[in-house]
Amino acid sequence: MEHQLPEEKVSYLQILKTAIFKENVIFRLVISLCPSIAVTNSVRNGFLLGIAVVFVQVMVNVTVAAIRKFIHPRIRIPIFMLIISGWVTIVDMIMAAYARAAYKEIGLYIQIIVAFASILARAEMFASKNKVLPSLFDGLGSSLGFLGALVTISFFRELLGKGTLLGHTIVNAKPLLIMVMPTGGFLVVGLLMGFFNWIDIRFYGGKGAGGAGGH
Amino acid sequence: MEKEFLKLFELFIAASVINNFVFTRFLGLCIFFGVSKKMETAIGMSITFTAVMVISAALSWIVFHYVMIPLEITFLKIIIFIGIVAAFVQASDTIMRKVSPGLYYKLGVYLALISTNCIIIAVPLINAGENYNFLESLSFGLGSGIGFALALTIMASIREKLELADVPRPFRGMPIAWITTALIALAFTGFSGLITL
Repeated sequence: MEHQLPEEKVSYLQILKTAIFKENVIFRLVISLCPSIAVTNSVRNGFLLGIAVVFVQVMVNVTVAAIRKFIHPRIRIPIFMLIISGWVTIVDMIMAAYARAAYKEIGLYIQIIVAFASILARAEMFASKNKVLPSLFDGLGSSLGFLGALVTISFFRELLGKGTLLGHTIVNAKPLLIMVMPTGGFLVVGLLMGFFNWIDIRFYGGKGAGGAGGH
Repeated sequence: MEKEFLKLFELFIAASVINNFVFTRFLGLCIFFGVSKKMETAIGMSITFTAVMVISAALSWIVFHYVMIPLEITFLKIIIFIGIVAAFVQASDTIMRKVSPGLYYKLGVYLALISTNCIIIAVPLINAGENYNFLESLSFGLGSGIGFALALTIMASIREKLELADVPRPFRGMPIAWITTALIALAFTGFSGLITL
């Protein structure tokens, strides 16, 4: 992004910051939850799925923003779905070809990116009304927030559940097996959400309502 | 014949209880947390969901085996399945609006979004991946639907009680719901190994 003017950079940074922290997909908006547990039993898997989502989100936002003038408002949702599933298919094939070991574990969840509400929501709320470049940053921010959440969750789960990080042994004690099991995933997300709410209440005087829950 | 029936039954039990979509595969969490606040909506959602699941499993099986395999376009399965599901959900949305406006008013927003639900797209994908035959696909779809309904009703009944509990402020709402789910998931791990397919 070298050709950006400095003052514009600030506003793009603002877009990024809002999307990553204030509107964090998992901890604040509480949408697109399914993979937050399914793939977070190791940092590697969490990171790979996060990267896949970043790619799909950015490409979808760019595509939608680029062709937004040709989309008839009545049929926009099916068109968005088509664009999303097209990009998901591409990511799915790339992953299947180049990251085979991981694909065996997270393949199903890669395909399920197609049903992520957050991607459709960003396309509908932002990309269909804005130019290509802001849309790119909006997609980048929202999906980086998602990636960050996935990595955070999987960091705790792998460290506590296996005593390792990215496959390297960190703690040589008997691990808490429960953390890598389904239960651990729900537990870690619940506790982290409570923790972020606590920070919000304690330091920012927020209401601490951890998302109304939705899709 | 009896053996085949047994296989279908095992598949049904495995999909609904042992590999419960919510508690062991973590799919459909969005709707799971979204509509489990009240028993009434949870039941309405479960019924709609199970019906949509079975029928879309059947439809996508037919399309997969009679259109996509002969034309060798199986790599397009994500796009085609989401299309089938979305079209079918749209149809059931219209029907529900006519037949039961009260329920439609309550579930409206979730019904509209059902097509972006993970389970509903996962079932056809798993069916295609595991090469299930028609009846197996149906019983897998039915099992998944019933399993989801079970999870939703359990959760709704707990959350109705939870409304009255004195939960620490940061944990009110979503966080406590997640921790509750963790405990239910722990109970569901007891089913693992009940049937090995």
